[in-house]
Amino acid sequence: MKRTKVLSNLYLALIMLFLYAPMLVMIVFSFNSASSTGVFQGFSTKWYGELMNDSVTLQALSNTLVLAVASSLIAMVLGTLAAVGIHSMRKKWVKTTAMTVTNIPMVNPEIVTGVSMMLLFVFVGKLVGASDVLGFPTLLIAHVTFSLPYVILSVLPKLRQTDRNLSEAAQDLGCPPLTAFFKVVLPNITSGIVTGLIMAFTLSLDDFIISYFVSGPKFQTLPIVIFSMTKKKVKPDMYALSTLMFLAVLLLLVLMNVLQARAEKKEEQALRAKREKGIER
Amino acid sequence: MKKWLSAVLVLALLAGIFALSGCGAETATLDTSKLVGNYDVPELRGTEINVYNWGEYVSDGAEGTLDVITAFEEVTGITVNYTMYDSNEDMYAKLKSGGASYDVVIPSDYMIARMIAEDMLQPLDFSNIPNYSYIADDFKDLYFDPENAYSVPYTGGMVGLIYNTTMVEGTPDSWSVMWDEAYAGNILMFNNPRDAFGIAQFLLGQSVNTTDISEWEAAADKLIEQKPVVQSYVMDEVFDKMESGEAAIAAYYGGDYLTMADVNPDLAFVYPKEGTNIFVDSMCIPSNAGNKAAAELFINFMCEPEIALANAEYLCYLCPHTAVLEDERYTLRGNEVLYPKEEVKTEYFHNLDRDTQDLLSRLWEQVKLA
Amino acid sequence: MKKTSFAQKLINAPYMVWSVLFILAPMAMVVYYAVTDRDGNFTVSNLASLSSYSETFVRSVWYAFLATVICLLLAYPFAYIMARSKASRQRTLMMLIMLPMWMNFLIRTYSWITILNNTGILNSLFDAVGIGRVQMINTPGAVILGMVYNFLPYMVLPIYSVMVKLDQSLVEAAQDLGCNSRAVLRKVIFPQSVPGVVSGITMVFVPCVSTFYISQKLGGGKFMLVGDAIEMQFQSAYNYNLGAALSLVLMLMIVVCMLVMNRFTDDNGEGAMLF
Repeated sequence: MKRTKVLSNLYLALIMLFLYAPMLVMIVFSFNSASSTGVFQGFSTKWYGELMNDSVTLQALSNTLVLAVASSLIAMVLGTLAAVGIHSMRKKWVKTTAMTVTNIPMVNPEIVTGVSMMLLFVFVGKLVGASDVLGFPTLLIAHVTFSLPYVILSVLPKLRQTDRNLSEAAQDLGCPPLTAFFKVVLPNITSGIVTGLIMAFTLSLDDFIISYFVSGPKFQTLPIVIFSMTKKKVKPDMYALSTLMFLAVLLLLVLMNVLQARAEKKEEQALRAKREKGIER
Repeated sequence: MKKWLSAVLVLALLAGIFALSGCGAETATLDTSKLVGNYDVPELRGTEINVYNWGEYVSDGAEGTLDVITAFEEVTGITVNYTMYDSNEDMYAKLKSGGASYDVVIPSDYMIARMIAEDMLQPLDFSNIPNYSYIADDFKDLYFDPENAYSVPYTGGMVGLIYNTTMVEGTPDSWSVMWDEAYAGNILMFNNPRDAFGIAQFLLGQSVNTTDISEWEAAADKLIEQKPVVQSYVMDEVFDKMESGEAAIAAYYGGDYLTMADVNPDLAFVYPKEGTNIFVDSMCIPSNAGNKAAAELFINFMCEPEIALANAEYLCYLCPHTAVLEDERYTLRGNEVLYPKEEVKTEYFHNLDRDTQDLLSRLWEQVKLA
Repeated sequence: MKKTSFAQKLINAPYMVWSVLFILAPMAMVVYYAVTDRDGNFTVSNLASLSSYSETFVRSVWYAFLATVICLLLAYPFAYIMARSKASRQRTLMMLIMLPMWMNFLIRTYSWITILNNTGILNSLFDAVGIGRVQMINTPGAVILGMVYNFLPYMVLPIYSVMVKLDQSLVEAAQDLGCNSRAVLRKVIFPQSVPGVVSGITMVFVPCVSTFYISQKLGGGKFMLVGDAIEMQFQSAYNYNLGAALSLVLMLMIVVCMLVMNRFTDDNGEGAMLF
């Protein structure tokens, strides 16, 4: 038993090493004194200083965060609704059609999604006589669209695992359908929804190619800024920015775990206290 | 819970950034008394312009330089929405789509020719751009804008051979070194069709603007012949690979060699005898620009001697500005790479007709498939 | 019954509208472009000229297939271990799995170049311990590694999210009935995790087959994958029609692959995620 535990920990560690090796490289090179991202010449924090002056990058960062939060929340709500709807479809062909449509944004190469949406937006823009239709709204629509299938595909398996009879039983017991959904179904699929939300957020954060096509001159995201440097070189202050983001999330992670561990301990104590009281009685 | 989470995330990120902003690097400040033109135009205050430029193609305040865009905003009160592209074709496609309007774009020569031909640019009002007088005569009357009506040269450059002196014997003087078996696995080639074909065409003694199908096919064969000795086809990866000694020979822009040589002093540069590509990137105003007056003010500002100097220092590319070329503070003055004493044989890319463009991309795919 | 079906319609309405507007309408544009020429006249020449891309298509599918298999092999044990950990550890692992994806794709890929180069970190390590250098960058292996690295989380998460819901009492029952751990895995755990595996495969295979940039950066740009070919048509070649034709065929191919896969995994109709 102990050996499997060691083995499984070793396995987790190896996967983490694989995932985090590039992060390490990125962190190391953010402290490079030269402007190179391939040759390490000496330790310096100057790129962190440079980052503070890089107004284009900082603006793009805040744009990216705003867009990711907004689009993932919308995708979460819309996607969960869609998953519930698709799950409750009875006719096989209707379900098949719905799933096929859902999969299109995933099956489509990103560039096709990007170009085709751009064509659509421009077409609509021409109808209403606007020559600069591309901007935040179009980006938001595109991001929600490509995140949706991920939310739906995360929620659907959960719905399948949830006993269909449960919700019906609740309704038979006099629960209105909506209440039955919130009380019975939702708790069972929450982890799927959270997974979907995180996926949507992640996808939005790092999407380049779709954003590139549907963005306008007034709202630019970080990946677009970084990719536009690919003829000249990517500056190490981008590495510095990524390192900062990395540390911020890591910090948050540790904080959350500490808080949660504390909460769990408290709960445990309360439970024990209750039990002891019961014994006394 | 989720909202709380993202709020904390943003806060933590901002806290991290502001903790460091104390040690933010210093940027140069613009001495406004040195500006030649008048940038106090009340009716333009509070307006916006959309500028679309190459990535990393303006002095942005990094490493103690001048933040040109911010300076312009401060002086004029005009807000600049600054966005970037990484190739002429990307920029063209974006403009062509009709979904976004830009006030200033900075395409290269052949793309300017194409855009003029397709009515995508509008003539400039040079009475609003008095600083145009600083542009050197070499950069006027160029083929893509023979009347000097549509464009104001911003920068230029030439492609050359970059090589690592510890890995290459002697001084190569010909593109043929990129076909040399001795350096198999150590050669970096352009990863875009026009530049890659250009090198093969110079070696074969063709014009890079030929419309003869058989010549293009011969160039493609030449590239296929080269493929076994090529380590990789690169764009910006060339910086890391040459700086770290991963490769011995690469073809890239002269100005970028200067950046690489800063990191790796073993690198050397040469213009091959067969000739090479020269390019000029010029500021233009698209025909659907929404704020033409402010765009012209911006172009004029970019031609200010102080601003042009800051950009020339930052970009390390060829500078078309006479005041900069005479300025003693210009550290690249007389630089052998940018301003070679002996004349280099050069040829501009011209706009290819539609059929030739299609042929080129088909042949490029064949090279990749070979 | 009538009431529920009305509620159902209400639930489905926003998504239906959304899909018609932003999924189907753009798709129609792709089809339109694929069968027209630059001037908008009907033509099949775009589709006809695709025969020269057969090698590119085969290569892309093969690499994506390999990457998906590797992802599955790596992710399944990971998700299993993760799902059986303490709740707090599960949360941490989940964040740790997603975190690298929050860093920019290009920068992560660049870091891999630094690691895999002939003069890179791994080869310096190999040199130091006397193994000698190994050519890693600019090989198909590097491209597949890049794909696995990028899309591994999309395999872990769906499998994990099914695994946590796994009925632990079934596992115990099987053990009580004398099943060894391998039999438990095969007979109890795996069948229950199939929906997660199927969605994982979908989420990894599809982006792998259409990815671009990875082959340019890690593969040395010596060959093209379909994603690169499509990108080139839409960007530098400015030939939307050929690009649309390429993507149409790519999509059809993916659909066929998924149908074949579903045939294998679809035991009771529940595994059919895609169609």
